[in-house]
Amino acid sequence: MDNTVLQLEKVNKIYGTVVKTQALFDLDLEFERGSFNAIIGQSGSGKSTLLNIIGALDNPTSGKVVIDGIDITKKNQKELSTIRNKTIGFIFQFHYLLPEFTAYENVLMPYWMNNMNPPNEIIDKANYLMEKMGLKDVKDKPSTNISGGQQQRTAIARSLINNPPIVLADEPTGNLDSENTQTVYYLLREINKEFKTTFILVTHDQRVAQMADRIIELKDGKIKMDVNNFIEV
Amino acid sequence: MRLALKIAWRFLKESRGQSLLIISAITIGVSVQIFIGLLIQGLQLNLVDQTIGNASQITVRSTRDDDVIVSPQTMIEKIKETEYANEITSIFPVSETPGIVRLEKRDFSSFIRGFDFDEANKVYEFAQNIVEGEMPKETNEVIIGTDMAKELSLKVGDEISVVIPPVVIFPKTVKISGIFKLGLGTANRSWIISDIKTVQNLTNKPNTSSSIEMQIQEPFEADVIASGIQNALKGEEIKILNWKIENEDLLSALDGQSISSIMIQIFVIISVSLAIASVLAISVVQKSKQLGILKAMGIKNSMAGQIFIYEGLILGVFGAILGTILGVGLIWMFTTFAVNPDGTPVVPVYVNYGFILLSMGIAVASAVISATIPGRRSAKLSPIEVIRNG
Repeated sequence: MDNTVLQLEKVNKIYGTVVKTQALFDLDLEFERGSFNAIIGQSGSGKSTLLNIIGALDNPTSGKVVIDGIDITKKNQKELSTIRNKTIGFIFQFHYLLPEFTAYENVLMPYWMNNMNPPNEIIDKANYLMEKMGLKDVKDKPSTNISGGQQQRTAIARSLINNPPIVLADEPTGNLDSENTQTVYYLLREINKEFKTTFILVTHDQRVAQMADRIIELKDGKIKMDVNNFIEV
Repeated sequence: MRLALKIAWRFLKESRGQSLLIISAITIGVSVQIFIGLLIQGLQLNLVDQTIGNASQITVRSTRDDDVIVSPQTMIEKIKETEYANEITSIFPVSETPGIVRLEKRDFSSFIRGFDFDEANKVYEFAQNIVEGEMPKETNEVIIGTDMAKELSLKVGDEISVVIPPVVIFPKTVKISGIFKLGLGTANRSWIISDIKTVQNLTNKPNTSSSIEMQIQEPFEADVIASGIQNALKGEEIKILNWKIENEDLLSALDGQSISSIMIQIFVIISVSLAIASVLAISVVQKSKQLGILKAMGIKNSMAGQIFIYEGLILGVFGAILGTILGVGLIWMFTTFAVNPDGTPVVPVYVNYGFILLSMGIAVASAVISATIPGRRSAKLSPIEVIRNG
């Protein structure tokens, strides 16, 4: 149990009150600390819904979601904000950097939410992450003035600044060309090793999914396949 | 700096055009408010000053049958012992009587008023308004108005006979020492002014006065102070009048003016607030992507709302400062360029700092209050909507 960072128990999600659509059916899942997981499935399979629930962005209709020992379904909005900030890092398909801030400021943003005066340790970490992501030269550029690949790497650095045990990535390479896809993928793997961060990737890119330790396929809100995929990177 | 403030500042900087638009709306609103407010206050003060600046604001009169205050100095001391002593800027006894100026061919009715010049000059400014001759120095010297002098062809040094009722058969003689011109038409035409002693002698009522006149710090408090003094001097044979009773028409005109000024200001505030609220509401939609990502990263709903409150605050502060500069500038132009032939402004404006600060405060407050509407929307915004819609 101690090695489980995330646990879903009988998670159901029903949308709508008049016309009801069930997106997830009695989902049971456990994710190991430090694992690298891919969730695949066609659109409408419920993978985005699942990601939103894991990410504490949405509540399940029934069931339990336990992140790092905390049942998030029993938490209020304010507590969920804190959980999102401290426990989960997000990486989205469309990068979603704040165009009003520089790349560096975007990286620090999740930390700023708790403390506007980061200690040296955090500043060093931000610099380290940006250097690792190959962003040293574009650090102080407005986030809109850097390439798509750089933006996504900035988003990765941002997701790691608060040292979350889990990073959720929704189609992180969906908007990138194959070269950048490779780079981003390797970076994610490296971080996974270095920081023991649990990665949960939602993707429809088979090549990316193939490189994960574990592949979960969703279909119509149910788990169709859940395999361990031992590969050497 | 707080994060919400920092984000607010960056949001405003990023949408520079929009921010400038709102700031100009607030600027214009505040400047109109300050300009109209100061102008109307100037008009009112000017009007009040013209009406009562050189007149008694509170008058103590006798209720005795012979209509005299027997020992005016004692009464003044008593008034000065009340809690209102500090409010009074000048207080003096006045002895007055109707009188007929008897000339060879005609009689001219006049009003003879005797003052203690030391105090009364502060109110009536006789000394400053002497156009010919000088102030009375000796007993039985008087000054008369320019209109009377012209009408009766009198000049400095002339002696005139006056008949004081009820003793109509024995006229008394006074000497004209000077001619004055006051802002008050009746005074110039029919007042004969002299030292209080002279008038007491003329009326044969030594050591008495007909009334005690006062001016006070805050003329608009006249009714309150008057009734306060009345209460403090219960039992005396006096009644206390104040200018507000005698100038009800003026007061209701001033009230009307104030109300219309307030109405204008309220509508300006409302339209500025609506402008701020609507532009910021659009801004919430424009920034929904950023808000969604901030929320996914764990910003609290309260802080997401604060961003827009701070935007309102920043816009309000800038608008208020620029509006004040513009409004005061307009007033300055008005007083500099809209002038009478003699160079004095048509409407003398008193720069009321309290009012300016109040206008600024109202602008900032209404900017912040109108920002709470978009702020609430921002707080409620669900990150999933934004993230799902890309």
